[in-house]
Amino acid sequence: MRKMAMLGDAISHAVLPGIVLAFMISGSRDNFSMLIGASLAGLLVTLLIELLHKKIHLQEDASIGISFTWLFAIGVILISAYTEQVDLDQDCVLYGEIAYVPFDLIYFSGGELFFPRATIISGLLFLLTLGFVLVAYKGLKITSFNSDYAKSLGISTLAWHLVFMSMVSITTVLSFEIVGAILIVALLVVPPATAYLLTKRLKQMLLLALIFALLSAIGGYYLAVLLDASIAGAMVSLAGFFFLLALIFSRLRSRSLKVDAYLNE
Amino acid sequence: MNDVWAFFSFSDPTVRIVSLGTVFLAMSASVVGTFAFLRKRALVGDAIAHAILPGIAIAFMLSGTKNPVVLMMGALISGWLATWAMEYITEKTKLSNDTAVALVLSVFFGIGIMLLTHIQHSGSGNQSGLDQYLFGKAAGMTEQDLWTYSVVAVLLLTVVLSLYKELKVYSFNPDFAAVSGLPVKAIRRILNLVTVLAIAIGIQSVGVVLMAALLITPAAAARAWTSSLKIMLILAALIGGISGLSGSLISYLSPAMPTGPWIVMTLSIITLLSLFFAPKRGALSRLLKQRRHSQKILNENLLKVFYKLSVERKLEQVGLSVDQLQAERAINKSDFAAAIRRLKRKNWLLAEGEKLKLSSIGLVEAKRVVRLHRLWEMYLSQRLNLKEDHIHPNAESMEHIISPELEALLLKELDFPTQDPHNSPIPYAN
Repeated sequence: MRKMAMLGDAISHAVLPGIVLAFMISGSRDNFSMLIGASLAGLLVTLLIELLHKKIHLQEDASIGISFTWLFAIGVILISAYTEQVDLDQDCVLYGEIAYVPFDLIYFSGGELFFPRATIISGLLFLLTLGFVLVAYKGLKITSFNSDYAKSLGISTLAWHLVFMSMVSITTVLSFEIVGAILIVALLVVPPATAYLLTKRLKQMLLLALIFALLSAIGGYYLAVLLDASIAGAMVSLAGFFFLLALIFSRLRSRSLKVDAYLNE
Repeated sequence: MNDVWAFFSFSDPTVRIVSLGTVFLAMSASVVGTFAFLRKRALVGDAIAHAILPGIAIAFMLSGTKNPVVLMMGALISGWLATWAMEYITEKTKLSNDTAVALVLSVFFGIGIMLLTHIQHSGSGNQSGLDQYLFGKAAGMTEQDLWTYSVVAVLLLTVVLSLYKELKVYSFNPDFAAVSGLPVKAIRRILNLVTVLAIAIGIQSVGVVLMAALLITPAAAARAWTSSLKIMLILAALIGGISGLSGSLISYLSPAMPTGPWIVMTLSIITLLSLFFAPKRGALSRLLKQRRHSQKILNENLLKVFYKLSVERKLEQVGLSVDQLQAERAINKSDFAAAIRRLKRKNWLLAEGEKLKLSSIGLVEAKRVVRLHRLWEMYLSQRLNLKEDHIHPNAESMEHIISPELEALLLKELDFPTQDPHNSPIPYAN
């Protein structure tokens, strides 16, 4: 909605140096320090993008592209430089990053049953987001749809922007260890986009997006078991499939509307 | 140092292949990326890079080999499909372009991951090595790869050179291109095709994420230096090439260092430096310009204060103290002191002990500012019929902007007035 769909992707890549640095400083792989490192890196890339875009007047897409690839490169360099001294598995971080290795995801699927930590984190995150959306619904609605109007009403769009950015950042970082980077982007973007094709009302859109997300999550799990493949990958594929259906449906509808209009004339 | 010489002598065939390969690769990506950058489609490169994965996976599943040509075909087809999907969604639905990009990126990549993990679990022995497409391995470049890269680079160059005019018009203004009767669809297809091609060959060496940097970052750096497309293309290719070379140099000097990330590192540093320090378009020069402008305004405001106090209140003979001046106009202390120093340096102000006086050239300058202010007030009240209490604030800013040519026109238009609307005299140079 806020023309920032790619920001999630950028943040999820840019957290890499934060995670590596946090690991090097704390010397342990405990989740809390990594989370802090990742959040800081997420914030850093957001600020870097803003700086390039607003102060240096570089176009926005290029600002995003340059910032996150740079931080990602730094992350990979750090890993290669320090793997010899520190016991940090390059693959572990990279695979976590790309959500490539299936073991991660088996934990996730089992997570519902065996792994309370993941469940707690995702549950908390869900409540947090839900609370945020409920509290901030009005402000977000106005600033998302018409920021000029919001400005004229005296609402600080910048403050909302920052709140929203940190929300994206936190969501990304927290879900990161559960489903992996790209797939977060998919879950951030695909269900809302699907819902947006079908309705114009924001409330319905949120509800539909939730339903599509749930359907792809559950269906994706079974598809993954069936194919013996990555669960997150299967979830996203299914979400993409739903989007395709919605696309065909909305195209057919608009075509039939056009035919109706033609017949009425 | 010896190692550096060893690298640049290019006697080691691996060095030769890897460094030439990365240079060709980075140069082709930069040229293609320049067009993507100008079309404000910088992130499309990232999406295509991710979207190539399912093509590679399917090509492997169907053929059962890791033959690079077969995998490349798969990569090209899925990259092409992704580009088409992005454009279709942007054009035919109400979704915005960046949503379409993120959507296509994640869905294609998700499918790719699903297929890749399926392949791994199905346990056919020779699947290993496919993950090289995710992270890239520049050091593993072979002579065959080098040939592919150089052929692609030459191909890209031919396309860009032969279609230069069309590509230029299309990138800057697609609507104008369509109206002037250019085959916009065909141009777009060709541009998309070369983009997918450049990305597909590069991904093996630098990996998915860093491929996006090779596309956009050189273009952004080149843009800071020039507004001409020709120079921008050459510069971008040059910057890409230099970064490719230094990336392979660094990984040659210290074998633990990966080539791809260091290429991007060099690129990013060059780009950030360019964005800050480039003349004209750089952040620093813009900042300096702003500073010079505000200094000029401050100087001129101070001259006006001097003029008012010394000429109109006849304090000329005794000179003025800093306190007197500050009482007249609220300017913060350090700015005030700096402005006085600047005016003294120009010899517009003379110091006599603690007191300050306008010099004769300072007086001419002060008269000019006051004249412009009052002339503009005249113009606003006489020609635009604004009320007298509305004209002062506007004249406060216009007095710093009006050029000598404009002043002459104003004088002529108002027929050399002697008094402004508030009945203050308009001072002339003599």
